Amino acid sequence: MGKDDVFRVGNGAGFSGDRVDAPGPVVDTLIERGGPAALFFECLGERTVALAQLEKRRDPARGYEPMLERLLEPVLEKCIRHGIRILGNFGAANPQGAGRVVARLAERLGLGTIRIGVVTGDDVRDRVDLSTLEVYEADVALEASGELVSANVYLDAQPMVAALREGAQVVITGRCGDPSLLLAPLIHHFGWAADDWPRIAVGSAAGHLLECGGQVTGGVYYDPGYKDIPDPANLGFPIAEVSSRGQLVITKAENTGGLVNCQVVKEQLVYEVHDPSQYITPDVTLDFTGVSVREIGRDRVEVLGVRGKPAPERLKATVCFEGGWLGEGEVSVAGPNCLARARSIADVLRQRLRIRKLDVRARVDLIGVASVHDDDRGTLSSGYAGPEPAEVRIRLAASGAREEDVDQAAREVLALLTNGPAGTGGARWRTTRRIRTQSYLVPRSIVDARVRVGTAREMA
Amino acid sequence: MKEVLVTVLLHEVAHSRAGDKGNRINLSLFPYDAEAYPLLAEQVTAEKVLALFRHRGATGARRYDLPLLHGFNFVIDEVLEGGVNGSLNLDGHGKTHSFRLLALPVVVPERFTRRR
Repeated sequence: MGKDDVFRVGNGAGFSGDRVDAPGPVVDTLIERGGPAALFFECLGERTVALAQLEKRRDPARGYEPMLERLLEPVLEKCIRHGIRILGNFGAANPQGAGRVVARLAERLGLGTIRIGVVTGDDVRDRVDLSTLEVYEADVALEASGELVSANVYLDAQPMVAALREGAQVVITGRCGDPSLLLAPLIHHFGWAADDWPRIAVGSAAGHLLECGGQVTGGVYYDPGYKDIPDPANLGFPIAEVSSRGQLVITKAENTGGLVNCQVVKEQLVYEVHDPSQYITPDVTLDFTGVSVREIGRDRVEVLGVRGKPAPERLKATVCFEGGWLGEGEVSVAGPNCLARARSIADVLRQRLRIRKLDVRARVDLIGVASVHDDDRGTLSSGYAGPEPAEVRIRLAASGAREEDVDQAAREVLALLTNGPAGTGGARWRTTRRIRTQSYLVPRSIVDARVRVGTAREMA
Repeated sequence: MKEVLVTVLLHEVAHSRAGDKGNRINLSLFPYDAEAYPLLAEQVTAEKVLALFRHRGATGARRYDLPLLHGFNFVIDEVLEGGVNGSLNLDGHGKTHSFRLLALPVVVPERFTRRR
């Protein structure tokens, strides 16, 4: 691809909780390579908005990405100086609140004149009647749905494009299509039409590949002795290079660990994809069945053959309800005969829940024997006939509608410290609120996305 | 020359990544050696993959073939015991299930294995 023709978009975070020192080397690389570039942060998992909404109930000023300042402070001034626009869904349940935080940060850094764009309108709690909407993809049927916590539609790239056109140097959104965060600056830079499906598809595929940050540079990939990567403690975050004609190369930050090769790009291409001929985003329906990949240099993989079909008529909305409580308790046993002692603990815990008549659904895991691959009945752990483990950690998990019952169940684990078998230690327990989600299809006509752009000084 | 066939775990021959959506997961599967693709297509069927997750109540599995990438995408229904929101499992997202798939035995020529 021609040198003058390339736009680079780097990723600074792939989820809420990502490494806060990752964006620095990405920005340094974007500056060093020269040419037009942008940086995006993806911070919203399916439930993140609901958890943020609960936090906003406790404190109306909050409910946005808690690491926002830690993520932006090291790179904001550099990005502004080099014309690198920043986009992020760190608004969560409170895009205006996040806008204020960025405005104050900018003022503190002597950047009071920068323009900040805030996109709202993803929150459709007051605009939808759930009983009339089609369910999109469900968790298991919602048992006695609790109070509605949040309902957010996945906005497409266009509101962010509007903010960029109004000169926003930092764009803050709540819920939007994750790939839309990378697509928006491409649409703005190249002037692509919203229905230029071949190009919108390439930009969205780039967004899909980069939206989980380190997952396309060696995270969730490396497997010692089989798939090794250099320096995983300093995993470099990814950069997409896209040309006006829609060529796409995936690469990563310089002077960092990790790698970009065909294997890791293929794994991430299919990540969370069901039918590869129908990967739906708010901007386009992607078809990956014609995709091939080739290594064109060190840490450089070209992605070819992405196709696009028209965007879906309706948008996906994720609705979150209060989902009762989850209690968890754990203890450890170790050394000779630890498996027999662990099995005894599992039996005793199940009996205790019955004796106390606690209204909970429960499960006991034997961590070190079978847990994450097991089912609620413990099919794998009870059938285990392998060698005696060196240690076993026993975990009780209990869920229910009443906090009191769930918490009492979890505390049964604690009581084992004096009432359990020999050599039982290391008890931990906690009780947390649960959120349940359900996705619906929402007509685009009910969505009213708003864009507000102003200087940091005006917004602080 | 007759090739030596060996029975190995899929892990010796291929790599995989798990992703979730609701109560479903998808598992990608790519052989290290593209030439092993037809053999895996024969041996790693949707039925065999579903059997790995039956104990968790999985109700269906589909395999999407990606011949240009020499890989497969398996989609397994109702496997997460309620998904990340409803499951009591430590790994509600099912991220670890790629390695349950990779524990499946396959019979392949030795040259396709990672550790020869």
